[in-house]
Amino acid sequence: MSFQTEIILIAALTAFSCAIPGVFLVLRGVALMSDAISHAILLGIVVMFFMVKTLDSPLLIIGAALTGVLTVTLTEVLINTNRLKKDAAIGLVFPLFFSIGVILISKYAGNVHIDLDAVLLGELALAPFHRMDIGGLDLGPVGLWMMGTISLINVVGLLLFYKELKLATFDKGLATSLGFSPVLIHYGLMTVTSVTTVGAFEVAGSVLVVALIIAPPATAFLLTTKLSRMIGISMAVGVASAVLGYGMAYVLDASIAGSMATMNGVLFLMALFFARERGLVSKVLSHFKKKLNFSVQMLLVQILGHEGLDNEDQENTVENMIDHMAWSAGFAKKIVQRAVQKNLITRNKSRLSLTPLGREMARQVMMF
Amino acid sequence: MTLIHDLFFDYTVRTVVLGTLVLGIVSGALGSFAVLRKQSLLGDAISHAALPGIAVAFMLTYSKSLLVLLIGAIISGILASLGMFLITEYTSLKKDAALGIVLSVFFGFGMVLLTIIQRLPTANKAGLNRFLFGNAATLLEEDVIVMTIFGVVILAVLTLFWKEFKLVSFNPEFAATLGFPQKRLDIFLTSLIVCSIVIGLQTVGVVLMSAMIIAPAAAARQWTDRLGMMVVLAAIFGALAGLVGVMFSSQINNLPTGPVIVVAISTIVFASLGFAPNRGLFWAWKRNKSNQKQVKEDTFLTNLFYLSEGHDDVTHAHDIQALRSVGGASLDSVIRKLEESGYIHSTAYKHWGLTIKGHKYVRSLLVGMQA
Amino acid sequence: MNSIIPAVEVRDLTVAYKEKPVLWDIDIKVPHGVLMAIVGPNGAGKTTLIKAILGLIKPAAGSVFINGNVYQKSFRSVGYVPQRGSVDWDFPTNALDVVLMGRYGHLGWFKRPGKRDVEIAMECLEKVGMADFAYRQINQLSGGQQQRVFLARALAQDSQIYFMDEPFVGVDAKTEKAIVALLKELRGKEKTVIVVHHDLQTLKDYFDWALLLNVRKIAMGPVKDIITQENLSQAYSGKTPFVGKDTTINLDAL
Repeated sequence: MSFQTEIILIAALTAFSCAIPGVFLVLRGVALMSDAISHAILLGIVVMFFMVKTLDSPLLIIGAALTGVLTVTLTEVLINTNRLKKDAAIGLVFPLFFSIGVILISKYAGNVHIDLDAVLLGELALAPFHRMDIGGLDLGPVGLWMMGTISLINVVGLLLFYKELKLATFDKGLATSLGFSPVLIHYGLMTVTSVTTVGAFEVAGSVLVVALIIAPPATAFLLTTKLSRMIGISMAVGVASAVLGYGMAYVLDASIAGSMATMNGVLFLMALFFARERGLVSKVLSHFKKKLNFSVQMLLVQILGHEGLDNEDQENTVENMIDHMAWSAGFAKKIVQRAVQKNLITRNKSRLSLTPLGREMARQVMMF
Repeated sequence: MTLIHDLFFDYTVRTVVLGTLVLGIVSGALGSFAVLRKQSLLGDAISHAALPGIAVAFMLTYSKSLLVLLIGAIISGILASLGMFLITEYTSLKKDAALGIVLSVFFGFGMVLLTIIQRLPTANKAGLNRFLFGNAATLLEEDVIVMTIFGVVILAVLTLFWKEFKLVSFNPEFAATLGFPQKRLDIFLTSLIVCSIVIGLQTVGVVLMSAMIIAPAAAARQWTDRLGMMVVLAAIFGALAGLVGVMFSSQINNLPTGPVIVVAISTIVFASLGFAPNRGLFWAWKRNKSNQKQVKEDTFLTNLFYLSEGHDDVTHAHDIQALRSVGGASLDSVIRKLEESGYIHSTAYKHWGLTIKGHKYVRSLLVGMQA
Repeated sequence: MNSIIPAVEVRDLTVAYKEKPVLWDIDIKVPHGVLMAIVGPNGAGKTTLIKAILGLIKPAAGSVFINGNVYQKSFRSVGYVPQRGSVDWDFPTNALDVVLMGRYGHLGWFKRPGKRDVEIAMECLEKVGMADFAYRQINQLSGGQQQRVFLARALAQDSQIYFMDEPFVGVDAKTEKAIVALLKELRGKEKTVIVVHHDLQTLKDYFDWALLLNVRKIAMGPVKDIITQENLSQAYSGKTPFVGKDTTINLDAL
């Protein structure tokens, strides 16, 4: 494998494994916990590095992941004191952990093989130089093995606990009554997020892990309403952002992780505007159509309300509709035309009257 | 004392200290409103999102003037707010997902631009990295002048619109019924918060600036129940943390200012959460403990009261073995305390009865419960 | 005050959320000096109607007049008691300060409340029996006390027409009494009061008029005229609530 292929593979695997916990974080409304975790684990990584003296040990991953869970716990403890709002509590704990991590790195820069830029960006470009080497046999980059393992863990976990996760996400009450502890599921998810984040840290760095965890599921969310499909699309979007991001970084000769985040943003924007049902464009179109139909209904009800009254001739006129409904003259014209077209009203100069069909429809609308 | 000497006579120290004070005061004051309006994490998003704006401003002008970079930061901060508004208003994605996407994507794009800038053949390119973790030592006098002007204007506007900002923060709908343009005031106040974030970026950095919005306000809230006092205290805490940060990072090589400031302000927050009068958790724990003790004593006395009801002599002593299971292990200390206060007396080993005083007390208790 | 111009007039008001009508073609005229309850089942649009009248919600069609003027020109003659749950009671402020906010509309831009405003606010707190709590932090007040602070704030607005959104929800007996006394006092002063209300049983005792609402206007007028089995079953889609002498009916439970 060329270095390039290796980098793309590692990036794709990272995005793939981040998307799995990401879907549930986004659906459960705790997406920003990934931001807190990805920052806080820096402290865990530095402290564990002092203890195990290497960046590759599984012990380091476990220790660092524990810092992530600790952050979540501490944040929840703070919220439960009722002295702070939830969002303030989230924003207090992780900056502290992260700051201590940065200070330790700066202070012992010579001993810790992490530099500050890598903390934010990861050092994916260097990943191929870090080889898994057993008895002189080159087994490929360490990063590939690490992200491969984490992906496997996440996929297996997802398959094993799919039903429980689904239930706990969409119906907390039912899940509890069926004996699935929501607390256990919550912390399980946070642990998986922490482990994934520690693994992804080397690839993407603190801030950009957040893009990999939140953006693909959010994109998928706009494209489907089915959980299983959402997971699949998230994975695909994540992998696509990795490959496209690498391409962008190659062309611009810029940060790979930054480019991956940017491509995630581009994919999300495309979904935001052009998703078939939930996209802004289709929403604007259907909103306009609904508004027209709704306005026609209002027109019919208005005419019905004044039918047979003394002032009918003054009330049921285009001018009066413009006045009453606060419509513009152009819009009123459009609505009246539409109603005439659909054979709901007849128009005699500015005087409007219901057809039998229109009267029937107005009555139905009034009944709902 | 050398610091005070330097403050007046050393150009660098004076500049840095002044800049940090402005940062702390402004972010503390405006942060109070952000926290009260549940916009705490908006600070996180805006500060990260400022990065591409800073980079683009530099690429367009090749200027490192703080004013130019800040205008870039403000523009991309506003774009980010707009993006979050679009997402939360027109999709059913939750607010924190919107924040997370905007934060990480803007920041990622900013990092792409920074790596491109680093390869530009022009001189004068170094130094944008200080916006990541902050470096107070790079503050120039002209930077501080820009920051001070921004800060004074922000605080002046805050004072001028004090009544209106308080009203829209507490009860926006009521503000609207009073004829105030609530939406516009909302946007105006949020813009001020964006500006207060932006002026701190060079000192604290985009990664940690959000803490300077949240932490001073969160600490100040513990000490007071008045908005005005909270804003003043938050400003003081912010300034204090800023000073500590600058002092330490100027003493130690390669230590970015942002993290030290954050550790300082976090210390203030946790101390306030623990020991602020009234709201402090330590005092609450103590109150709770003495309450529990009181309840235990009252329960014991009431039980003795009911035991004695069958007797003519209300002070008749009983074997309290039966009560032991109720009180648990600490019953001994309860008994000792009650005997010292003269509520109970003992006739034989483990036989206790109410005194007249104790009997009166229980009766008043029971009457109180019925009322 | 010209008695021919109604205190509140709503013409052909339609409000829709995402094209689903919440209020449909509402026409009402509320004369001056009446104490009117808005009743109807959950989701009938009671709160929406108040908010639309106050200009807090943009209607799809129709218009609202207060004393014959659009809201923007007549907000000084309107007092508002929002739902208690609509604000964060942990906000760092005290009862007096909240009541002073009722004066802000009269003060206009930039001007701070003065000595006279503080006096007015204290009088209003006195009226609802909360003078002793003037300097109490608002999160240390009970639900009923918080509601009374909101009432005092509306009084401080010194208005002609009051709108109250569910003031009786979740309050203690003492507060309920205080609210009722206040309603009577306001009526004695010829003020117009419009209240979103839940309890059909107290309707007759507390109010002169009622508006029976369920997306559309079912009936409006003096309470005894409009609370008929026919109107009720229409409002509650066939499920007629029994309005017995000693039964309290929570309409939302239906």
